[in-house]
Amino acid sequence: MTHPMIEMKGVAKSFGSKHVLRGVDLSVERGQSLVIIGGSGTGKSVTLKCVLGLIEPDAGEIWVDGARVDGKPRGDALLSRFGMLFQGGALFDSLTVWENVAFRLRQDRSKSNAECRDIAIEKLRRVGLKENVADLFPAELSGGMQKRVGLARAIAADPEIIFFDEPTTGLDPIMAGVINELIREVVVEMGATAMTITHDMSSVRAIADRVAMLHEGAIQWEGQANFLDVSGNPYVDQFIRGSAEGPIEAVR
Amino acid sequence: MLSLLTRPFAWIGALVLGVLREIGAVVIFAANGTAHAFRPPFFLGELARQMVRIGYNSLPVVGLTALFTGAVLALQIYLGGSRFNAGAVVPQIVAIGITRELGPVLAGLMVAGRVSAAIAAEIATMRVTEQIDALVTLSTNPFKYLIAPRLVAATLTMPILVAAADSIGIMGGYLVGTERLDFNAATYIRNTVEFLTQGDVASGLWKAAVFGFIIALMGCYHGYHSGRGAQGVGRATTQAVVSASVLILAANYILTELFFSA
Repeated sequence: MTHPMIEMKGVAKSFGSKHVLRGVDLSVERGQSLVIIGGSGTGKSVTLKCVLGLIEPDAGEIWVDGARVDGKPRGDALLSRFGMLFQGGALFDSLTVWENVAFRLRQDRSKSNAECRDIAIEKLRRVGLKENVADLFPAELSGGMQKRVGLARAIAADPEIIFFDEPTTGLDPIMAGVINELIREVVVEMGATAMTITHDMSSVRAIADRVAMLHEGAIQWEGQANFLDVSGNPYVDQFIRGSAEGPIEAVR
Repeated sequence: MLSLLTRPFAWIGALVLGVLREIGAVVIFAANGTAHAFRPPFFLGELARQMVRIGYNSLPVVGLTALFTGAVLALQIYLGGSRFNAGAVVPQIVAIGITRELGPVLAGLMVAGRVSAAIAAEIATMRVTEQIDALVTLSTNPFKYLIAPRLVAATLTMPILVAAADSIGIMGGYLVGTERLDFNAATYIRNTVEFLTQGDVASGLWKAAVFGFIIALMGCYHGYHSGRGAQGVGRATTQAVVSASVLILAANYILTELFFSA
């Protein structure tokens, strides 16, 4: 009996009187890449953060690899299975690029500084950055390079599960394409389970095995990525057409 | 009509509850940060970096403040003292005023302006740009990595800063005393040294440690709980400086009562 890598059952979360999630049911199989689409402010980020324990849901269950994880702080053993690429990169600006990438490795204290640095440089190469950026500070990099460093940090400890929070937001179309391709390569190569949230359709088509549409705090549609255009779901249709007309209100 | 009468009480009640809630939150935050300071793993590199930033880099500001305070104190005491032929007590009063009160309090207020603002702005920015969330996902407790080193660094370096401020402040008084007021240099120094007790200096240094803790705590607390965006960061910074300053003055009174009423 196999179980999904990540499973959410009826997850709900409110901030004050604002009901962000109203019962999200989702499951991601091992090695699969799920992309969650939806407009801004529909609770996509909150969904990811609930799994990681950065936000504790008010109701519902969250299971990771067959174990229930919600309701208590996520331990190191659990968190070490995750990697996350944050929307703005969230690089630590007081640390150099290689120290950022090797952050988790250095916390273990089992490897020497030189070993950590070598691993960091190898990961930087993996995302297409040269060794000479290793000693720069994040503020000295362009937005696209910061995203790559963030990606290198997310994969540095070879996680089984990787989360991507709007990986292409704020990038030009070419850089967005490069990042999408990198994400696809890395996920396939590592055999990782991936969960991405985005509102960029080019990302969806490049990264997704499955797609879930989140609107008004609930999953409105879920299916294989290649059925996206023939979903017959009014929410999905409006979203991929980018139209102001449809069930999704343009003014939110 | 009745609601018009009861509304002020409801308002006062809400205010009191709000204040109590805030105090509770600060105490829990402080206890959490302190507990992590004593439990491994320790981030010694981070601690060293904060000691340089909080302590060493504050030296110029604190030194200048102390120098001018000592100088003005000497002038005022001389002018005031002369009214009843007590102009000669300048060295003693400068020494006691600087070591017991003005050294720790003015250094505390200056460092509150400089350091708690910087800490609040830095941590608030880390909150806004999701760096604190990133720490958690990288299996690192923000209290251990961010809060504890700052609390420890400020608590340890403030007494050193105040010791320097004491020396520089007394030197300020000495310069004015000998250059402007025609005190004999040797007599001035002898009067200072013979008059000061260990308790005068030690009480000031204990105060400094408490002020250091307050400064880092307010910076960390307001930064950690900052609102979103540039406005949130700005508000966190202001709240950190104001609350640190007021708490320093309040703590100063309480500590003085404790030290000298016995």
